[in-house]
Amino acid sequence: MSALVAAISKELRLQWRSRAQWLAVFSFGASALLLFSFSVGPNYELLRGNAPGFLWLGLLLSSTLTLSETFHAEMEHRALEGLLLLPASPQALYYGKALSNFVQLTVLGAGLVPLMVVLFDAPLPRPFALLGVIALGAAGLSAPGTLYAAMTYQARSRQTLLPLLLFPLVVPVLIAAVKATSLLMLGDPMGQVRAWALLLVCFDAIHWSICGLLFGRVVED
Amino acid sequence: MIVGRNGSGKSTLLRLVATAIRPDHGSLRVLGLDAIEEPDRVRHDVALLSHASYLYDALSALENLQVAARFLGRDAKRGALLPLLAEVTLADRADDPVSTFSAGMRKRLSLARTLLQNAQVVLLDEPYGELDPPGFRMVDRLFALLKGRGATILMATHLLDRGAALCDEGIVLDQGRLHWAGSAQHLPALGGLDPASLPNGSK
Repeated sequence: MSALVAAISKELRLQWRSRAQWLAVFSFGASALLLFSFSVGPNYELLRGNAPGFLWLGLLLSSTLTLSETFHAEMEHRALEGLLLLPASPQALYYGKALSNFVQLTVLGAGLVPLMVVLFDAPLPRPFALLGVIALGAAGLSAPGTLYAAMTYQARSRQTLLPLLLFPLVVPVLIAAVKATSLLMLGDPMGQVRAWALLLVCFDAIHWSICGLLFGRVVED
Repeated sequence: MIVGRNGSGKSTLLRLVATAIRPDHGSLRVLGLDAIEEPDRVRHDVALLSHASYLYDALSALENLQVAARFLGRDAKRGALLPLLAEVTLADRADDPVSTFSAGMRKRLSLARTLLQNAQVVLLDEPYGELDPPGFRMVDRLFALLKGRGATILMATHLLDRGAALCDEGIVLDQGRLHWAGSAQHLPALGGLDPASLPNGSK
């Protein structure tokens, strides 16, 4: 547990020092939402109906920027190797990174919501429940994203490789997150949102447990 | 003391002992432990000063030591780590980000990080590299400090006279193989880095 606290404390410090990157990622996500709104045109009904999908696509595309840089500081002077030789637990290092990415993506998702409301004239009847769904979806993206970021970091074409590997894996998370967001925003007459949220919890549990186990093999080999 | 020409395998040998890399074949025992099967147990007792600094540029000198101290379960308070920074003459730069450090200052900080581990076996890969003459004397002093603690030190260096003054045993590597082994004091006189000049019988 102390190793996990050490890993989280390290990540928070590193994230704080690179906070300028957060603004760049948010700008990218905001630009994506703006482009989606242009692509549909001034049809508010269509925009409103597609708003949940656009929100999650914006978040997914922005997440690749955040995730692909996850191991930049670790590889610059082989700091990750230095930590493993201390020896630091690979699981603690993984969960520290994944939690840090989770926080970033949740904040990014929450930051994009007001923009979505303005651009798509989307209703927001249950903002806190929506924040919960964003957190669950962000958890589903950050766990496998962190693992794949570790696998692809040393590849020359990591910016391309990461989305190629990550996107197919997170399709179920994306579908569940879009559906739950859509039900929260546009109405849930059958009370289905709880079931979709539960599905997200299941995907999160699977990703967070399996990726944590695999990370040790990825960084040691 | 490990000597050899560039590419002779000095760093690879040290990285193998530190379990930073795995051997392709053969066995590897460190402190009586199978380093291939139990790398984590070996890592508890081995510290490596590598060519790579293992530092985070975005963090300050003190924060870098705090990160390592927390993972080691050591006291990570400022007061506990400042004396270590003073040992490598970086106490006055404790709060400056490592990105502003010169190569020599990074080497000093890496040395402090290595000392923090308090390991039984300390592996020093070119510890004098990038350092100025006062830095050379600092390494000599830290070497004596580690010896005083009872640590076993394996040092790869091209500075034969300096190494011979500090080390007891010496080996010469050539193309990844042991070419000569004997008293470190004999190395400067033997020509050191040129395997052709070494007597084969000393292996």
